[in-house]
Amino acid sequence: MGLTSQSTGIGVLEHKLSIEKSTPVDRVIALAGNPNVGKSTVFNNLTGLNQHTGNWPGKTVTNAQGKYTHKDKNFIMVDIPGTYSLMANSVEEEVARDFVCFGQPDATVVVTDATCLERNLNLVLQTLEITNRVVVCVNLIDEAARKKIKIDYNKLSKLLGVPVIPTNARSNKGLDKLMDAVYDISNKDTSAHPIKITYDDIVEEAIKMIQPKIEEIIGGKINSRWVALKLLDSDDTLLKSLNDFLGFNLLDNVELAGLVDAAKKHLTHNGIDSDQLRDKIVTRLVKIAEELSLSAITFENKQYNHIDRKIDKILTSRVFGIPVMLTMLGVIFWITITGANYPSQMLSTFFFWIEDRLTDFFVWVGSPKWVHELLVLGIYRTVAWVVSVMLPPMAIFFPLFTLLEDLGYLPRVAFNLDNFFKKACAHGKQSLTMCMGFGCNAAGIIGCRIIDSPRERLIAIITNNFVPCNGRFPTLIAIITMFFVGSFGGFSQSVLSTLFLTGVILLGIVMTLLISKLLSKTILKGLPSSFALELPPYRKPQVGKIIVRSIFDRTLFVLGRAVSVAIPAGLVIWIMGNIYVGDLSLLSHCADFLDPFARLIGLDGYILMAFILGFPANEIVVPIIIMSYLSSKTMMEFDNLSQLKQLLLDNGWTWVTALCVMLFSLMHWPCSTTCLTIKKETQSWKWTFISFLVPTLSGIIICFIVANLARLLALV
Amino acid sequence: MAGEQITLNSLPLGKRAKVKSLTSDGTIRRRMLDLGLVSDTVVEALQKSPSGDPTAYHIRGAVIALRSEEASKIMVEVN
Repeated sequence: MGLTSQSTGIGVLEHKLSIEKSTPVDRVIALAGNPNVGKSTVFNNLTGLNQHTGNWPGKTVTNAQGKYTHKDKNFIMVDIPGTYSLMANSVEEEVARDFVCFGQPDATVVVTDATCLERNLNLVLQTLEITNRVVVCVNLIDEAARKKIKIDYNKLSKLLGVPVIPTNARSNKGLDKLMDAVYDISNKDTSAHPIKITYDDIVEEAIKMIQPKIEEIIGGKINSRWVALKLLDSDDTLLKSLNDFLGFNLLDNVELAGLVDAAKKHLTHNGIDSDQLRDKIVTRLVKIAEELSLSAITFENKQYNHIDRKIDKILTSRVFGIPVMLTMLGVIFWITITGANYPSQMLSTFFFWIEDRLTDFFVWVGSPKWVHELLVLGIYRTVAWVVSVMLPPMAIFFPLFTLLEDLGYLPRVAFNLDNFFKKACAHGKQSLTMCMGFGCNAAGIIGCRIIDSPRERLIAIITNNFVPCNGRFPTLIAIITMFFVGSFGGFSQSVLSTLFLTGVILLGIVMTLLISKLLSKTILKGLPSSFALELPPYRKPQVGKIIVRSIFDRTLFVLGRAVSVAIPAGLVIWIMGNIYVGDLSLLSHCADFLDPFARLIGLDGYILMAFILGFPANEIVVPIIIMSYLSSKTMMEFDNLSQLKQLLLDNGWTWVTALCVMLFSLMHWPCSTTCLTIKKETQSWKWTFISFLVPTLSGIIICFIVANLARLLALV
Repeated sequence: MAGEQITLNSLPLGKRAKVKSLTSDGTIRRRMLDLGLVSDTVVEALQKSPSGDPTAYHIRGAVIALRSEEASKIMVEVN
């Protein structure tokens, strides 16, 4: 099967960023930098926007724009993808390069990591080859100070010939100076004289052969020396972007084409073929970065990474690596389960108290019975359930998970699990996108952009749904608590719940690997591609910020979405439960229709319909089940899990039903938001459909086996 | 054993070596160059993942995990 960029959605990364200036004098600033250097933090703090930040490479995968005003000017800041290089080895690098080069920004800020400056200087030098108007932002200076790394910024600035500004964006330190420098350098009247990067004589001779002609053709719009170098390097992607930018094909110029041929011959004649030219260019840049770093940076403590290595020795060790990982996952679940228990009960008690008052109110105003039932028992009750079941676990889980992200633990998870993914012929970074799926599968699928290989990216997209998102956790937790650990009580109950939940998650991970392998052997054949994963330094997490950010940015966002879906869903359920066709309500008709199939896979018609109606958001599946049971039975009051369990038992649930609901919750179609995201990311209905089908079929097959085994063995 | 060239994946943990050449080509070669793995770069093998592969290396101030497939295409000289 051909994997064209169209069919795999690589075309989705917009090659041309459209910038909206409010006035023509607005200055456009490109924000470049290696992955994981705090680029998003700089961006957020300057523009007041909230790009999600976390300590692992490649996390900023969307292009964001924001505005800020400094002195008398408006600035539009464009956050371009974090890359190590502008050599266009991946789509991100191509986008970044094209924006720096053809987006014609008034200045480019390269954000670098003070603790790893030498490596970051490579990107700075590559940027300086394209444009003079560069400001180097040396971020994370607090971390560097902690590691006793001394940087002579003045010297570095002199050597590079552009401003070098130390910052600690997390605490807003140095950002004023950064804005000053950007203000100055984006002023067209000021001139900049950055470092000249020269290569060995033969390469320089070849450049000289073609540069004047290029200058003549394209004028001063783009750095002709750099274009010359790229033409010698036969960089097709650049040539394409360049031609798009110019509106004509540069090499259509016969004279230039001839010169380029001659210059290339000059190179090969002297023993430099295209691979070697690339080597020479990169080596030169790396060596200059090394020299710069030698003269401007002193490591007072040679063992500055000592603590990180010690932590890594434990967290990724042969013996403890995986157990520690599972324990950590378990502890997070345990805190979530136990911590969510009481607030959940309090919330539901509170909401049902409100419900009674609302009922009193409707009785008092003498409204018709159906109005009260529709609004209170239909809509209000569904929303109340969603909020009281969802809010507490989310408000606990999100901050804890963000904490791990912020610390830098996720890349270690990828490191620990890589071999499994390699054996499944998948990409090691898939474990990162899988982890993102714990928060939200749609986010996990967008995150798959960090995987370059189209084949492996599709595998990661299709299998992302096998880890339960936050909308499904509460369902799993509630069922575990009711049916599997109920009678123990107290501490041992919460530990058992945790173990059970961890088991379910592990099953999800095993399915991810199995299906990845299966896809690799069938419709997405191929070998694992190259893999280089950075293990960034551990960073001190900003606990306060994490709590605020994860509650406001994530929890309330997800909750808002769930509530906005719960309102119409509650309405639909109530209407379906109260419109009668013959003897039965519409709801019962639908459930009856689904029932035979649902029974085959251990569910019942109402449950299956709840999953179908829960397509817009998984959060509402359990509330819909409850509403359906309630609307077909006499009304009852209940405000805790044991009453809920009784309701479910009354409707024929056994532990096998509970197990199948959990398995089906783990493995069924992605929610509508996720499906739309898949469509957007793959640009293909076919792959969206496959992503829909794969988890659904897996769920049906596994539930079928479990339900029928239990029946055969007469376990129920 | 100074001067002997081995592939990076056979470099014992805790040992340092100098990069001598890359035997990969195309995209993988470029990736490796981008990591700063040019001639004479000092690389230290830090540790293996629980299942023995990939291995984390200290490369120009960064810690990078490489699968054995990639590391076997990097020739190094142990000092």
